[in-house]
Formats: sequence, C-alpha cells, structure tokens
Amino acid sequence: MMGFLRSREGLLLGVILALTALISFRFPAFIAPANLANVFNDTSPLIILALGQMIVILTKCIDLSVAANLALTGMVAALLNGAGVPLPLVIFAAIALGAALGLINGLLVWTLQIPPIVVTLGTMTIFRGLIFLMTDGKWINAHEMTDGFKALPRAVFLGLPVMAWTAIACLGIFAVLLSRTALGRSFYAVGGNPHAAVYTGIDVGRTQCVAFVISGALAGLVGYLWVARYAVAYVDVAGGFELSVVAACVIGGVSIAGGTGSVMGALLGALFLGVINNALPVVGISPFWQLAISGLAIILAVAFNAQQGRRKGRIILRAAEVRA
Amino acid sequence: MSILKKALTTAALASILLAGAAQAETKRIALVVKALGIGFFEAANKGAQEAAKELGDVEIIYTGPTDTTAEGQIEVINALIAQGVDAIAISANDPDAVAPALQKAMERGITVISWDSGVAPAGRQMHLNPSSSALIGNTIIKLAADNMPDGGDVAVLSATSTSTNQNIWIEEMTKVMGNYPGVNLVATVYGDDLADKSYREAQGLIASYPNLKAIIAPTTVGILAASQAVTDAGLIGKINVTGLGLPSEMAGAVESGATISFAIWNPIDLGYAATMLAYNINAGAATAPGSVIPMGRMGNATLDEKGEAAMSDPFTYDKSNIEEFKSIF
Repeated sequence: MMGFLRSREGLLLGVILALTALISFRFPAFIAPANLANVFNDTSPLIILALGQMIVILTKCIDLSVAANLALTGMVAALLNGAGVPLPLVIFAAIALGAALGLINGLLVWTLQIPPIVVTLGTMTIFRGLIFLMTDGKWINAHEMTDGFKALPRAVFLGLPVMAWTAIACLGIFAVLLSRTALGRSFYAVGGNPHAAVYTGIDVGRTQCVAFVISGALAGLVGYLWVARYAVAYVDVAGGFELSVVAACVIGGVSIAGGTGSVMGALLGALFLGVINNALPVVGISPFWQLAISGLAIILAVAFNAQQGRRKGRIILRAAEVRA
Repeated sequence: MSILKKALTTAALASILLAGAAQAETKRIALVVKALGIGFFEAANKGAQEAAKELGDVEIIYTGPTDTTAEGQIEVINALIAQGVDAIAISANDPDAVAPALQKAMERGITVISWDSGVAPAGRQMHLNPSSSALIGNTIIKLAADNMPDGGDVAVLSATSTSTNQNIWIEEMTKVMGNYPGVNLVATVYGDDLADKSYREAQGLIASYPNLKAIIAPTTVGILAASQAVTDAGLIGKINVTGLGLPSEMAGAVESGATISFAIWNPIDLGYAATMLAYNINAGAATAPGSVIPMGRMGNATLDEKGEAAMSDPFTYDKSNIEEFKSIF
C-alpha cells in the first residue's frame, strides 16, 4: 500500500519536474530560484485549502463552500481591520469565523444526515449572499486597509514570504496529524470503511463534522491571507476556486470515494495546478487552452486512479490466495 | 390582431395621458446588470434612481444574477417578463445568448434597450454605448503614451477573451496605434476578471517583457490587480498601470503612483441616461436609425444605422481629482 502511494506520488513529482523543464526550455527565467519561490508562494492558498479539503474527502464528504467561506471571512477580516481591530485579533477572528462556518456544514451533515454536496452547495451560496448583505455589494480596496494588514503575507522571512511559511507550517502539522494522532487515523478509518470504524468505537458523524471544522478554519486563515495579498475584498473573491481545490486533491490522488490520500499527494496536486497557472501566462499559450489543460489533467488523474484501484483488488486472506 | 392590440394600447395610453398625471400608472423599468455587487453597476443604479425621481412616475427594479453569466441573466429576464415590467435596460453578459429571452419580452410589449455591454440588434430596440468605442480605444492608449515620452512596450490585460466590450476597445486601440510612434503593443492577456488570475497574468507580463513601460487594463478588476502586482514587484515609476477603473477602487493605486492616470465614464450618468431612454422609448419615441431621443441632463442620443448611440467622452482621473471622486463611486 505504501509502495503504491509512493510510486503514484513519485510519478506526479516526475510530471511536475518534466513540466517545469519544458516550460524553462521556452522561458528560461521560470526556473530561477526567485521565480520558483514565487510560484510556491502563489500556490500557498491552494495548498492550505487542499489540505483541509483532503481530510473532508477522506471521510467520504466534500466541501464546496471553501471558496465562499474564504470570501466571507476575508471580507469580515477587511471590515474588522477598517474598524481598527488589532491585526492578531483580526487573524484570530478570521480563523474562528471560518471554523464556525465549517461547523455549520459539519452539524448539518452529522445531525441531519444531509448529503455533504447538497449542504455545502447551499452554504456556498448563503455565504456569498451574506457578503452581499454585509457590504451592499461594495468593494473594500487597498487604501481602505492598513499597511500592516497588507504587509504580513508579503513580509519575507528566511527568503520566503510569510504566506509560503504558513503553507509549510500547515503541511508539517497535517503530516503529524494524519499519521501520528488518533483523530488523523480516524479520518482514514471513517472513509475507508465506515461500518468497521463504528465497531472500533469511532463516531462517523462526529469525525466528519471535525473534518468540516478544520477545513473551515483553514478557509478562514486563507481568507485573511487572500484579501491581504490581493488588497481587495468583494463578493466574487476567489469565485470558482473551490473547484481548483477539489481538482488539486483529485490530481494528488485523494480518492473521491474516501479513505485514500496523503499530505504529499495534496501538496503535489496543488503544485501541479500552481505550476500550470503560473507558467501559462509566460509561455504564451492561448487562454482558450488554459482551462482545457487543467481539465485534461484532472481527467487523466481520475483515469489513473481508477486504473490503480482496479489493479489493487482486495486480498483478505493472502494464504488462501497462494493455496488457490 | 397585433395591430388592433397596438391601436387599443395606443388609444388607452393616449386617454391616460389626456386624463392627466394623477391617473398615470407608475412605469416599472428594470435595470438588469451583469452581476449584483459590482461597484460600477451600483453607481449606475444611483443614476437610474436619480432619473426616476426626476421623471416622477417611474419605479426602478435593480436586478441581475449573482455571477456574470448569461444563463443567470436569462432567468432574471424571464422573471421580469412574468412580473410584466414596462421596460428592461440590460448590460449583457453575452450579446447573443440573452437575445431570444429579450425578443420574448419585446413580443409581450416590453421596451428593451441595452446599455454598457450590448445585445445583438435582434434582441433590443437600441443600444446605449457609454462612449464611442473608438474614443475609448484612443483614450486608453493615449493615457499610456502620454506618460512614456521615449516610447516603449505596452501590454493589454483584459477581462475574459470573449468580453464584448473589451474586445471592441482593444480592436479600436490597435487601429490608432499608428498615431503613437515608438509605442509597441507586445501582448494581450486575459485575467478573466478574477483578482488572482489577473495578478498572475500581470506578473507574467512583467517577467516576459523586461522593457515593459505600461500595462493597459480596460477592466476594473484587472487594473487593480495589475497595480498591486507592479507595487509588489517594486516597479512603481518603471511600469505605469492605466486603463479603465473606478475612482473609489483606484484611489490607493493613484496615491502610490502605480497608476498615474486612468479613465472611466461616469456610471451614474450612464444609469441615468439608460433610464431616460427606456422611459422615452416606452412612451413612444421612435428607434429608427437617425432618430434623436432625449436623455434629460445628458442631452440627446442619436441612433446610428446599427441602432446604437454614444453617451459622452470618457473622463480622465488622476492625482488632481481622485480625492473628489473616490467618495462618489
């Protein structure tokens, strides 16, 4: 099992490296360390959200409201900043609000047993609607934000901006959470085999709810980072970004059926999209092709997943198989 | 049947008019925008309300989809037909996709005009351009050229590759490039009116063209994202971001110097003029080529052979007047 995961991720890493080499052939400055750092920094929001989305998908759910959650918490962060609230408190409030919005999703899935795709499709629209109600559709622009608010994600520390370090910190935390804690293992158990999970004493609904809360909290964190980085907050911020997040997970080998996925996979899936997004503007490929290329990558990844899944099979008694 | 109906309606209308204002019914004019929550359209609504107040017997229904899709607008149009509004003034997300729904509205006797972003001629009675496309195309390149006395490279950061407006303006811009010797257009890229994609495309332009002197973004999301990208790259003073933007959104960029000047018509005037035109056409003004239709304080609109009219010249904003306008729209 671990070998299969490693080979899949190895393959994806190989594809990303080949892609980067191909791009640098056409545009040599792309592989300059400063530019690669820039690509990683630009992909950071996607990486953070893909981690949150991954644990939700691990538990057989899906969170389509992440981008709307991001937009709402980002707007609230910008409004709080405008009201003179100190920055640490603004960031804390953004994460707390994001978690609370995730909790709404989680409770609806847990207690009312509504399919997650329906719940999050609904809350996605509600969250965007709330932004409109709060602001009357007005934008919050660069000159209405304090310099400190805008500077934090850009502040360079040991060669990388704070936004990139945030993604690295999240990667570290998730690597430990998923492999070394009971909660982390229960995400896999709930998605891998819900019935067996119940017999081992895991509350499936509660675990799914926790996954939504974590995904929501990360969306809240990215909400602040996003709004501060692009120095603008409005209703349509990150419109359609939830699909990129799900795509990053799928490309990274997270199985939509639940129970399969890794931190490395989510990271590589996000980086794959990040490299494409950042490379297409500089290599001069027609914009008509950009969406098609992302779409093709997703289909190839899913086809690859299906292929792998079929070959894997399920051997319950290895000894019996050998005898037969 | 339809002639009889028209005659009856006309007779009814005439009798109402004769009976005086006291009995006149309130006209309901729907202002359909590309999407709710865009500052530009909120400002247009302000102008429409102003026109309604001036006319007295008009109620404005300000509506639109929550994202910029033609499908969303078609739903909105169908709902308005069901409500039986008197007139629809629309800024379309797609010139052709919304035309059949608008034709249905016209068959039901609803006055249909398009403004800002046009509808195919079959789907409306007239189209009000905020300015003439040729003037806008010339203005955006002039804004860039004026600040580069030695010439150099410029690039365009547009909205989506299918945006009606932007494509026409860029086309008009390239037609007059010859009047600005030394200014080379090196690329046209599309940010899809998304802040993150526009930012990335602007970064791509900066990386790909080391001699870039100006980025022209004829879209509010694009100009803001490009200003931010230039600011973050530490290239203020080297690359000037210009194009079309809203004063309230661009105040920061003008202050920092990332944008020296930019242009926009007054959306308040546009909403006002569209409402006046819808009202007057609904009241019987002709919409044949060459017709002149009054639009209140904005003067008169003269229709050309395609049923289009221009409102006024775009207006340039810079350090000298941004403070005054940033609180208006």
